[in-house]
Amino acid sequence: MSNESISPARKYADILQEAMGSSLSEPMEFRGECSLTVLDASKLLEVCRHARDVLGFDMLTDLSSVDHYGSDPRFEVVYELYSMNHHTYLRLKISVDEEDCEVPSVTSLWRTADWHEREVYDMMGVRFTDHPDLRRILMWEGYPYFPLRKDFPLEGKPTDLPDTAFTDKAPLEGGPFVTSGGKPDSTQREPRAKTFENED
Amino acid sequence: MTSSQTEVGYNTKIEGDVIVTKIDSVLNWFRKNSLWPMPMGLACCAIELMAAGSSRFDIARFGAEVMRFSPRQSDLMVVAGTVTYKMALAVRRIYDQMAEPKWVIAMGACASTGGMYRSYSVLQGVDKIVPVSVYVAGCPPRPEALLDALMKLQNNVVSKEPLFEGGILKNHKQPQPDRLAGQRVS
Repeated sequence: MSNESISPARKYADILQEAMGSSLSEPMEFRGECSLTVLDASKLLEVCRHARDVLGFDMLTDLSSVDHYGSDPRFEVVYELYSMNHHTYLRLKISVDEEDCEVPSVTSLWRTADWHEREVYDMMGVRFTDHPDLRRILMWEGYPYFPLRKDFPLEGKPTDLPDTAFTDKAPLEGGPFVTSGGKPDSTQREPRAKTFENED
Repeated sequence: MTSSQTEVGYNTKIEGDVIVTKIDSVLNWFRKNSLWPMPMGLACCAIELMAAGSSRFDIARFGAEVMRFSPRQSDLMVVAGTVTYKMALAVRRIYDQMAEPKWVIAMGACASTGGMYRSYSVLQGVDKIVPVSVYVAGCPPRPEALLDALMKLQNNVVSKEPLFEGGILKNHKQPQPDRLAGQRVS
């Protein structure tokens, strides 16, 4: 493979993978974007520090989480890194079990991760070790559920915290009206209702 | 004073510059022409509220350009925007701090019914926590719609019926048992 056909992201991903060895997977590339999966949670900080200090990925542009409901491990935390000097993006992913929902916090490397990790904790329930202030950011403290998990219904569940807030089920009138792509006309694309089967 | 106000019973040619009227009528006339809004501007409807206050759609014509952001100094709370469950407590507290008589306009779809946000975090209508006098439809409602709501409220203020507490419209359903009432601040 000649040098011109390697995208810059893939170049840095290869360097990072060679440096970090077995704790990173093979880089996966798609349309110029490159992702690496961190296979060992205890090495996450080391990988991130190497990416930041040695390779120059000095900006964490996004930190989010994915719920693969039904798969094991259930959650995945995704870090989008950007290098301001080389103008390249890199994506790191790490899988998190449902039972042992802990990931090392990268707040010590990028301060912006503070609120992003709080949002991941609030919405998914993934805890971050060594986080300076891990508490709910969008919902209120004492709210018992994690709303963006796939088994939490869109309309919400009734709760009541007397001096803080209450929630009720919102009337959905038949369900969230989401479209499904790929059908030839809009009548088939937009069903009346799409339900999600869950055990509750 | 125009001669069409029958409750005043004033005829300039006979009575000259002296008007004989009821105190209720005069007080209601004062109240309706100087409803000072407390803008509870939470989201996009607040922009239209600001537009209603600016020169093109002048809310000052109705005496309501004095947008006091303090509940102690206002008598009309305009809930303009999405009320989340997290914000509901603050909205209720502000409402409790307003002095009687007070009215509430629920501006826009989100304040009236929860709008397009049928979800776990959005209060489905601010009338679940405060009694609303006028609902304004729209997402966001045009400033003229807000002025129309203000005019309807003004008509309600001077209606022949005596004002009852809080100025709640007669057929309006009461809010649900006071879920945030523990925060009443006197």
